[in-house]
Amino acid sequence: MSTPMAQPRAPSTAMILVLTGIAMLSGLLVVFTDQFTRPYIEENQRQAIEAAVNKVIPGSVAHKQFLLAGGKLQPVVKGAKGQVIHAGYDRDGKLLGIAAETGAQGYAGMIYLLYGYDPACECIRGIKVLKMAETPGLGDKIMSDPDFQANFKQLDARLNPEHTALIQPIVTVKHGSKQEAWEIDAISGATISSKAVGRALNASAQKLLPQLLPLIPQLEEQGQ
Amino acid sequence: MSRRIDNHITWDTFSQGLWRDNPVFVMLLGMCPVLAVTNSATNALAMGLATTFVLLASGGLISLIARFIPRQVRIATYIIIIATFVTMVDYVIQAISLDLYNALGAFIQLIVVNCIILGRAEAYASRHRPLNTLVNALGMGLGFTFALLCLGVVRELLGAGSLFGYDLFGPRFQPWVVMVLPAGGFLVLGAWLLLFDWLKERRDLTRC
Repeated sequence: MSTPMAQPRAPSTAMILVLTGIAMLSGLLVVFTDQFTRPYIEENQRQAIEAAVNKVIPGSVAHKQFLLAGGKLQPVVKGAKGQVIHAGYDRDGKLLGIAAETGAQGYAGMIYLLYGYDPACECIRGIKVLKMAETPGLGDKIMSDPDFQANFKQLDARLNPEHTALIQPIVTVKHGSKQEAWEIDAISGATISSKAVGRALNASAQKLLPQLLPLIPQLEEQGQ
Repeated sequence: MSRRIDNHITWDTFSQGLWRDNPVFVMLLGMCPVLAVTNSATNALAMGLATTFVLLASGGLISLIARFIPRQVRIATYIIIIATFVTMVDYVIQAISLDLYNALGAFIQLIVVNCIILGRAEAYASRHRPLNTLVNALGMGLGFTFALLCLGVVRELLGAGSLFGYDLFGPRFQPWVVMVLPAGGFLVLGAWLLLFDWLKERRDLTRC
């Protein structure tokens, strides 16, 4: 640098000392904040999951988490591979439904949702959007639109007699043209987001339900 | 030290950011969060308060240690300090409400690169006493919050028919959806700038 009015250069040691000192101080502050807020954040996340499971398994009061891997139920451990499922029970320990997470590409990034499957009616009882970035005012209606939510009060998800796939795949149809119990009536103006919800449910139900069905008695026992 | 220009705390120290040099309406700084997270009044308020906290904390610390920081590494030091406080705000918002955290998305982390904060660190905090800096930063932060609220309230009212989440107009109201979309941010910001410029011009005229 050849600036005529060069300022006296600080020695490198001063720069290193200052930067190191500041970095250490900042590390300390961040660790302290993390320690302080972690229990609150974990409690918030637990409550969010609890509320979501409650919504998709109507009437459930107790929930248990399992890991579905290799056709067996396992306790949930951090970092283990497999699908996490939430079993919902009523006050007497009767199995009301099973909730699982799924996702599909929407209009603006992935849409993640939780859905509740009721083995008694072999149908989906509710969905709850967990994370999405759909357009406010249009695509984000999949969270709030009451007519759209009504699709999932009793969405047909029966398995074929061989228990390998759904009899009728779950599909999203154009707004106002829903005829069958396995069809989802799209929101007008939010067709792409509505279709993503249908795809997410179909993909997960086709894969998960055949594995889940043999385990239902086991899940029922867990409630007792 | 000749760099310390004025160490008297006056009403102007505080009101500079609140009104005369409002970061949004006058300096046009930090437009990214201004346009992005003002689709509801709650988001605007949370973003404004988070930014105010970072302004206060980073300004205070920088003005305390400014004379020990070699000039060559001052920007790097400011950024580390700002990033630290932003991370703290990030954790605290997660602890307060996950819904709020999800609504604000990446914009909390992006406070780090908000030019108001680095700008105040360089232009004010590094040259003034901690107390002056805190008063000035509070004014700037509140000015920023005020500006965000101006946009958030209008956009939520027109775009969703509600205010702070409370439905105001009932089910017969047809929301003006574009207002909560990014385009609405530009429209409302433009309208506010027009109003403020018109007010300023009128004031200048009456003074002449």
